[in-house]
Amino acid sequence: MRRWFWPSFAFPGAGWLVLLFLVPTYAVVAVAFGTSDPIFNQPIPAWNPLHWQFATMQSVLSELKPGHTFWIVFVRTFEYVAISLAGCLLIGYPVAYYLARYARRTRGLLLILLIVPFWVSYLMRMLAWVGLLLPDGLVNRVLLDLGVISQPYPWLAGQSSSVVFALVYGYVPYLILPLYAVLDRIDRSVLEAGRDLGGSPISTFLHVTLPLSKNGILAASVLITLPMFGDYYTNDVISGSPRTSMIGNQINLFFQGGTQRDVGACLVIVLSVVLAVLMSYYLWVTVRASAETKESLL
Amino acid sequence: MKRMRDWLANPWGQPRLLGAFTWLYMVWAIVPVGIAILFSFNDGRSRSVWQGFSTRWWWGDPNNSVLHDPSLRGAIEQSLRLAGLDMLIAVPLGVGLAIGLTRWRGYGARPVNYLMLFPLVTPEIVMAVSLLLVFSLLYAVPFGTEAQTLGQVTFSISYVVIIVRGRLLSVGPEYEEAARDLGASQLGAFRLALLPLLWPAIFAGFIVVFALSIDDFVVTDYLSAGQSTQTVPILIYSSVRGTATPALNAVATVMVIITLLSVGLAYIVYRWTARSRPVSTGGNALNEIAAQDV
Repeated sequence: MRRWFWPSFAFPGAGWLVLLFLVPTYAVVAVAFGTSDPIFNQPIPAWNPLHWQFATMQSVLSELKPGHTFWIVFVRTFEYVAISLAGCLLIGYPVAYYLARYARRTRGLLLILLIVPFWVSYLMRMLAWVGLLLPDGLVNRVLLDLGVISQPYPWLAGQSSSVVFALVYGYVPYLILPLYAVLDRIDRSVLEAGRDLGGSPISTFLHVTLPLSKNGILAASVLITLPMFGDYYTNDVISGSPRTSMIGNQINLFFQGGTQRDVGACLVIVLSVVLAVLMSYYLWVTVRASAETKESLL
Repeated sequence: MKRMRDWLANPWGQPRLLGAFTWLYMVWAIVPVGIAILFSFNDGRSRSVWQGFSTRWWWGDPNNSVLHDPSLRGAIEQSLRLAGLDMLIAVPLGVGLAIGLTRWRGYGARPVNYLMLFPLVTPEIVMAVSLLLVFSLLYAVPFGTEAQTLGQVTFSISYVVIIVRGRLLSVGPEYEEAARDLGASQLGAFRLALLPLLWPAIFAGFIVVFALSIDDFVVTDYLSAGQSTQTVPILIYSSVRGTATPALNAVATVMVIITLLSVGLAYIVYRWTARSRPVSTGGNALNEIAAQDV
């Protein structure tokens, strides 16, 4: 009885995760390596690894060669995510830095303002920008009044720039909070030491603050990069054109469109492998960093 | 020019530029939402051109207002129904898992620990696809509220575990040991010593699960059974590019109000219970939520 006391707390939750996370993940593999019914175009999963067929995966991988359909989509996804991440960092880091280091009387208010976007649903925030970016929306009217453009710009008609802008707008709050938490934890006396040793604010920032927040930057970047790679709704809402489609849109097409779910499942596996590689790089960096700190302490 | 000289004289003073940038960011982050809310009161059908103030899209219009259009009201109800179910199931499961994993020193703890982390790093579309496939091919779960609840709970559990485990680690086993020494049974020590100490984290768990559920789009959409089980995010997604009226803004606004009210209320309740509790609760709810909500 006593031996099973604590494990019994974990069993319902653990069982839930096995049945509704682990088994479903295997279902994707079974569908990807299964066959499909030629008449109804329904996938026939191969639950037994001995019955796996690799024809679908091979055709997906051949589309992943440079210049082919999925390659183009994957490259575009990487571009959008990389540019959005850079944009998020350029906006998010200064804000988090100011909040952590300088805001005093206004800090409480700023923190509340920072959290507000978390309580407004993501799609509500996208809805807000669709209203502003419509041909007769506020953005176009201001630009027309200023004489920057002579006719309304079609922001919502498949513009890469609009998609990247929306991604930055959507994900930057998720970056600022963890960055703020890291920057806030930096001991002020370390910064004062930098100052006392004759460093200018800029060199103190470059040699003290930035290295100390490096891991935080990495962690926060991973935090927003992973969901961005699977994002298709931002794209659908802001662009809706195949010219800007990302890997998430491609996967969504195979599942919500109905047919060729086995191809979709293969793409899910490819995406997961790519993300796993990125994650292991991140883990490698952080493990190495913590090993270095331990070493330097000895 | 004076600013420049000030900065040269004391480069360690307040960086005005950075402050201005921060405030500018806040305006940029929040004002568009404010404008969208404003447009729910537009007198015309446009969501982008202001045509005067009216409440027709809230209750005035006999067919298309939030109050009278069953599909709009249904979306709000479905969002709240799922949030309630998700909180009711995910929080107990997550709390149990957190306690079990912290106290259980067996062979099974480690793999479950890893398994628990995966839903946090899996992109939603991957989880949605896998649940869609398993529900249609292996389990006989009907799409709609049942499947949506199962899906939402699956991605919510891990967040509860992370929050509660943080609290468990900071509390330590001493209180329970004291209770055991004073003659409490194992279950008694858990109920009388540990559970009250975990209360703030459990509370934060409820709030975070509520927010996750209300905000969720991908999993909820993949597991929905058409119009009858669409939530507010699904409604926005499917009609924002069409000819939707400002009633759509009104529906979104209702959700914002409900969320802000419940969070505000939860915060007051939290502060109130924390004050009437003899044991210090450590950090405050705002920080706890801020640190966890991703």
